[in-house]
Amino acid sequence: MSDHTQNQENYWKANVRLIFGCLIVWALVSYGFGILLRPMLAGIEVGGTDLGFWFAQQGSIISFIVLVFFYAWRMNALDKQFGLEE
Amino acid sequence: MSQFTINLLFVGASFALYFGIAIWARAGSTKEFYVAGGGVHPVMNGMATAADWMSAASFISMAGLIAAGGYANSTFLMGWTGGYVLLAMLLAPYLRKFGKFTVPDFIGDRFYSRTARLVAVACLIIASVTYVIGQMTGAGVAFSRFLEVDNNTGLMIAAVVVFFYAVLGGMKGITYTQVAQYCVLIVAYTIPAVFISLQLTDTFIPAIGLFSEHTQSGMPLLQKLDEVVRELGFRDYTADVDNKLNMVLFTLSLMIGTAGLPHVIIRFFTVPKVADARWSAGWALVFIALLYLTAPAVASMARLNLMTTIYPEGPTANAINYDERPDWIQTWEQTGLIKYEDKNGDGRIQFYNDTPAFAEEATARGWAGNELKVNGDILVLANPEIANLPGWVIGLIAAGGLAAALSTAAGLLLAISSAVSHDLIKGSINPDITEKGELLAARVSMFFAIVIATYLGMNPPGFAAQVVALAFGIAAASIFPALMMGIFSKRVNSKGAVLGMLAGLCSTLVYIFTYLGWFFIPGTNQLANTPDNWLFGVSPLSFGAIGAVINFAVAFIVSSMTEEVPQDVQDLVESVRYPKGAGGAVDH
Repeated sequence: MSDHTQNQENYWKANVRLIFGCLIVWALVSYGFGILLRPMLAGIEVGGTDLGFWFAQQGSIISFIVLVFFYAWRMNALDKQFGLEE
Repeated sequence: MSQFTINLLFVGASFALYFGIAIWARAGSTKEFYVAGGGVHPVMNGMATAADWMSAASFISMAGLIAAGGYANSTFLMGWTGGYVLLAMLLAPYLRKFGKFTVPDFIGDRFYSRTARLVAVACLIIASVTYVIGQMTGAGVAFSRFLEVDNNTGLMIAAVVVFFYAVLGGMKGITYTQVAQYCVLIVAYTIPAVFISLQLTDTFIPAIGLFSEHTQSGMPLLQKLDEVVRELGFRDYTADVDNKLNMVLFTLSLMIGTAGLPHVIIRFFTVPKVADARWSAGWALVFIALLYLTAPAVASMARLNLMTTIYPEGPTANAINYDERPDWIQTWEQTGLIKYEDKNGDGRIQFYNDTPAFAEEATARGWAGNELKVNGDILVLANPEIANLPGWVIGLIAAGGLAAALSTAAGLLLAISSAVSHDLIKGSINPDITEKGELLAARVSMFFAIVIATYLGMNPPGFAAQVVALAFGIAAASIFPALMMGIFSKRVNSKGAVLGMLAGLCSTLVYIFTYLGWFFIPGTNQLANTPDNWLFGVSPLSFGAIGAVINFAVAFIVSSMTEEVPQDVQDLVESVRYPKGAGGAVDH
């Protein structure tokens, strides 16, 4: 394999790793805190209800925004680092 | 000035604006018609995507659904936003790099098969046509309530407006009108919410007001709401749900479905670069979140307002007299969306949860059944009246509801017409068609799509709510997995992709039809649509996620047993993965 394709290979692996990490957070804030783990978070009070309710109706959406911008920022940096930007 | 004149003024002004934009942004080439020339700024595209995405369902129905279901219906909030994370990381940048005009374009090229492309066209058309019916009916309702014309006349007006700017301007005209429509709809949604939040909690940001103190009682708002609804036999607003598996699967289906809806995906073909597609997804989510973070506050506050209107002295005291009901109840009674029946003949409005568990207390209080029926769809539309806001806010809501319905309808119609003119006519029937001929074909198919959508809107097949679920199920089970495998796997070949899509599509359709009736014809369902009958407690609306898993599994198994993907297609997969050398969206 030439250096050029090795570089592309590494870029793609870095991208997949980044996506994997982001999707773990994505699942944790919605399916985790918002749904499945809600009973465990019941003790943490937020404005008259519990943290799980807040995540289901507010926190997950805010986390999604942060995730998408974080991914865009990291990927655009990776494009440059690997010399693959447009 | 009468309320009717004010409504007419607001709706008329917003329409004049859309017409103006349509004339300014005419499309002169297929590239402008399909992808707005490929030069849309990412923030602008984010705003247009938000309007494209937020339909009559988001604007009018969602808050009502949450108000009725409480925590259990948080699924809509998470599901309809979480899909953008998938879109931003798994689809949008690579499809932008691919640089063609439509979703079936990619599926056809990547799976080097005309069959794959045609299956994708079929899925796209079924999903989009079912979705557009809901938008047209939504627009019809808004017209008939605020402009006092009958439903069909309202629909005709809506169709003419959409026809004008979508056929003339294509994606270019749609993009810039959607930006204007976003501004109209978000202002219309937020202003009443801010006032209501101030009235109830002294906090002007509704999303914070939701978790603040209810000024009148000194209790946290949600605790107060829980207490009030509990007294009347309803489930606690914040109560946890028992069937968590179904809640997870429903949310997942909405997320995957969102990411797989073609009219949303093609919006990302309009930005100049791959990096812009990534940013643009973030901006879209920001603009969507402005409404989605406000909606749960609108839901709980409107529910509390409704309860305190009916029980001014608290839920344990007497309900109000029917003769003393506020004006907005009278207004909405005329539309049939609020219904009152004095069952125990005491002239008061008893509004409670009529269940066996509450029967004893109801009898003790001399109640003979729930006397008030409120359609959830009115919550957002009636919000300004409930909060006693001035007439211009009501006019604004009318314009906002129409903006939400029309912007989504236009996006869907573009997805349908480009699938017909680009994938069917140019891609299969007549590949030698000229640029001018294709542009004409695109406009003609847009015209027919509008005619069909208007006809179906006037004669809704009577299953509007189910059909929208069907659109999400199809997008989740067929389009999303095919696109994702096309990018992330070099092993999945044409046989695998076609059989996978068909398996996902058919399993989802069969599961939905088994409970909701074959082709939604009432009485043809094998099993009653109740939780006891659902397989492992999975509702038909949640099946899209399982359909997607079936699609993935079939595609991988079939591909592993059949031929390797040809080298030139593997090179294509390589090229969409790296941003370098994207250029503009190009034709073949």
